[in-house]
Amino acid sequence: MSAAKSPAEVVKEPSMLKQKAMIADNYDKLTRAKELGLKVSSTYVPGNLNELLMCFGILNNLPEINAIQNGMRKLSGKLIADAEKMGLSEDVCTYVKADLGHMAKGAIAPNGKPMPVPDLLLLSYTGCFTFMKWFELLRDQYGCRTVMLHVPYEGDGKATKNMRDYVVKQLKDEVIPALEEISGVKFDIDRLRENLRRSAAAEENFVWVLESAKNRPSPIDAYFGGVFYIGPIFTAFRGTDEAVEYYRLLRQEIEQRIAAGKGPVTPDGEMAAEKYRFVVEGPPNWTSFRDFWRMFYEEGAVVVASTYTKVGGVYDYDGFRHDPERPLESLADYCLGCYTNRNLPMRVDMIQHYMEAYQADGFLVNSIKSCNSFSAGQLMMMREIEKRTGKPAAFIETDLVDPRYFSPANVKNRLESYFQMIDQKRRGGAHRAA
Amino acid sequence: MQQVSEIIDYCQTLYEDLSFAAAREWKAAEQGRKVVGYMPVYVPRELIHAGGMLPLGILGGGEDLEVIHGDAYYQSYICRIPRSTVELAVSKRLDFVDGMLFPSICDVIRNLSGMWKLMYPELYVRYFDVPQNYKDEIGGNYYVHELQELRQGLEGICGRTISDDDIRRSIAVYNENRRLVNAVYDFRAREPWKAPSWHVYLLMRAGMILPVEAHSQLLQDYLAAAAADDQPMRDNCRVILQGMFCEQPPLNLIKSIEFAGCYIVDDDCMLVGRWLLRAVPAAGDPIANLARAFLKYSTETAAKYEPDGSRKGRYLIEAVRQRGAEGVIFAAPSFCDPALLDRPMLANALTRENIPHISFKYAENSGQMQPIREQAGTFADSIKLWSEA
Ligand code: SF4
Ligand code: SF4
Repeated sequence: MSAAKSPAEVVKEPSMLKQKAMIADNYDKLTRAKELGLKVSSTYVPGNLNELLMCFGILNNLPEINAIQNGMRKLSGKLIADAEKMGLSEDVCTYVKADLGHMAKGAIAPNGKPMPVPDLLLLSYTGCFTFMKWFELLRDQYGCRTVMLHVPYEGDGKATKNMRDYVVKQLKDEVIPALEEISGVKFDIDRLRENLRRSAAAEENFVWVLESAKNRPSPIDAYFGGVFYIGPIFTAFRGTDEAVEYYRLLRQEIEQRIAAGKGPVTPDGEMAAEKYRFVVEGPPNWTSFRDFWRMFYEEGAVVVASTYTKVGGVYDYDGFRHDPERPLESLADYCLGCYTNRNLPMRVDMIQHYMEAYQADGFLVNSIKSCNSFSAGQLMMMREIEKRTGKPAAFIETDLVDPRYFSPANVKNRLESYFQMIDQKRRGGAHRAA
Repeated sequence: MQQVSEIIDYCQTLYEDLSFAAAREWKAAEQGRKVVGYMPVYVPRELIHAGGMLPLGILGGGEDLEVIHGDAYYQSYICRIPRSTVELAVSKRLDFVDGMLFPSICDVIRNLSGMWKLMYPELYVRYFDVPQNYKDEIGGNYYVHELQELRQGLEGICGRTISDDDIRRSIAVYNENRRLVNAVYDFRAREPWKAPSWHVYLLMRAGMILPVEAHSQLLQDYLAAAAADDQPMRDNCRVILQGMFCEQPPLNLIKSIEFAGCYIVDDDCMLVGRWLLRAVPAAGDPIANLARAFLKYSTETAAKYEPDGSRKGRYLIEAVRQRGAEGVIFAAPSFCDPALLDRPMLANALTRENIPHISFKYAENSGQMQPIREQAGTFADSIKLWSEA
């Protein structure tokens, strides 16, 4: 039985209302772009250059977010089936298929209006091979102009000067000229600095929010709740006043929760007593997002840190901030440092740090069928974390937006046995201590 | 003169030997010799060779390797090559390898580089990135630096400086090898009845393990022997096989396609040997020359970005024309993102040119060939029907 409040009692906090309005406004602009005389660029969440696009007044459309929206609204299954009929293999990433299926159906936004075909595909090739093919596929279908920003992988666990110089050079010689041409606006580096200043201000509060999960009880869920908190900073709002305001509000709300000794807010209201603290690796499932989350909060399980909330930029672990004094270099560093652009040893170190700093009871991998970038190597990461922390790790398999790969009974069984295992381990620990 | 069968038997022995005895023997023959492993799709083997080391192509465990440990490292929805490669490593079949290079081909191989670092912290392990920007002053500069870093890393293995002259000499040696590899491919396209594809495949596989000089000699011997070999010409249709650039097909798959009535006149297996499309200048700055060759005349494949949308798939159409192929068979490893994501675009390009194509998936250990034989047979029949109509 859920110990949380019924949905009717759940009060939407100001930050939630603010984010909702921001998203609605962005979709409104995107769907009225022609009428408003605005240009639209599509790009990815990792390596998203929102501050730069803002310099040219170009709207930022993120196809992963559209796929998530369609997943949460239970529309993606049909879109994926359509894309498979168009020749996409059942084996490949379902974001790509949901997006291609969506485009083929007229790309209807959540506001019910069609999205425009983008004026530019800004192929920020950061941390995922599929990105390259995804925009090649869109280009093949819609003939969109495409500009590639190749961000080298941190294969040796660091960003080298050569990598940074290469990214900056591409920004200067490839990306900025394309944006100028499309928008008809001359690049103004001071405008970029201003945007970056606002990014850094928002990032400061964002990191505070993530780190609030070190409290006991944690006032936030850093995975299921975290996907909402990353919304503005990972998408079309980084660098805006609205994002600064959003994170200010969010921080205030969380400060109050900490002061009141409260746990996270869930779709069913306040979570009951915190029993388990986890670190989670991998993206969530979107088609059954609420059911998935419920399996946690009904058991008093809270996620105190997650790697998915680092996919569009890592701000907490090594303190990166966008820097107005080094505008293009810091955009390059941002792209280079996104979570899946870091090699596996770095990912393991990061998770180990979260396990320790957030006093987690265990490590859970949500392995996503679609995503080799995340998933290849996760079994080894699990073993490595178990070895280093002595905490039990567990593994579940789902998919992002393909409803065929979310089996509620299996996932629930797995989680229940895992919770039991942690209980046993605790009892064992208590016996030993006694 | 050696017989074709002798040469191919020798290649088959090398192919079947999962202990890499030939490379072990090479290493043991002289004190201080080193071996550097690499995975698909491309590394500049010239640099390894220039350090006096043996580049060893590691293409998974093939059809006969029993994967016992490897499955514990990978979920079921990831292709087979990384798990069989891990199997080779944990079963100590690669314990003589002194360094490993993981090229930029996909996220699986990319992440495997990190796994290797975790498993073998003492070993030189490098994720070898290549530019996706092909302008000299952008991607070119970046790549020159990456090559220099690789050179330094390799110097750490061989324990000596790799000089420009060393690299120039190696470039010349590999130019000769590329010339011969291309000659074999050209010969097969001209007279496919004399050069069955499984022969050509085994010959190219031998190039993954033998020293380049020995491989070049083998290719030369084969060309002479095959030209003299009198084989009947069959009424087969001519096809290109596409999508096999990483996880390798079982040998039976290649044989099955031929038995089904198709002459394979081109393929994209083991692209490393044909990656650079022209001879690299052996004079001048060797690193700059290798970089320039990569940027300006390297092969097209799914792991590379095509900046010009109108050219997507063009190379395949050109290959069809040049090789006189009548159709394309897309054969991709299951769960292979690069091959499977590229396929619809290539297929569209072929359709626009009225070039017939079919597709199927395989794994390196696929055992059931009947469906593939039937599909290829039907494809061959339909091509013949169209051409007669
Ligand atoms: S493969 Fe993974 S990172 Fe890449 S687009 Fe799909 S979900 Fe995103
Ligand atoms: S078979 Fe395909 S997906 Fe698998 S490692 Fe090779 S390129 Fe990557």
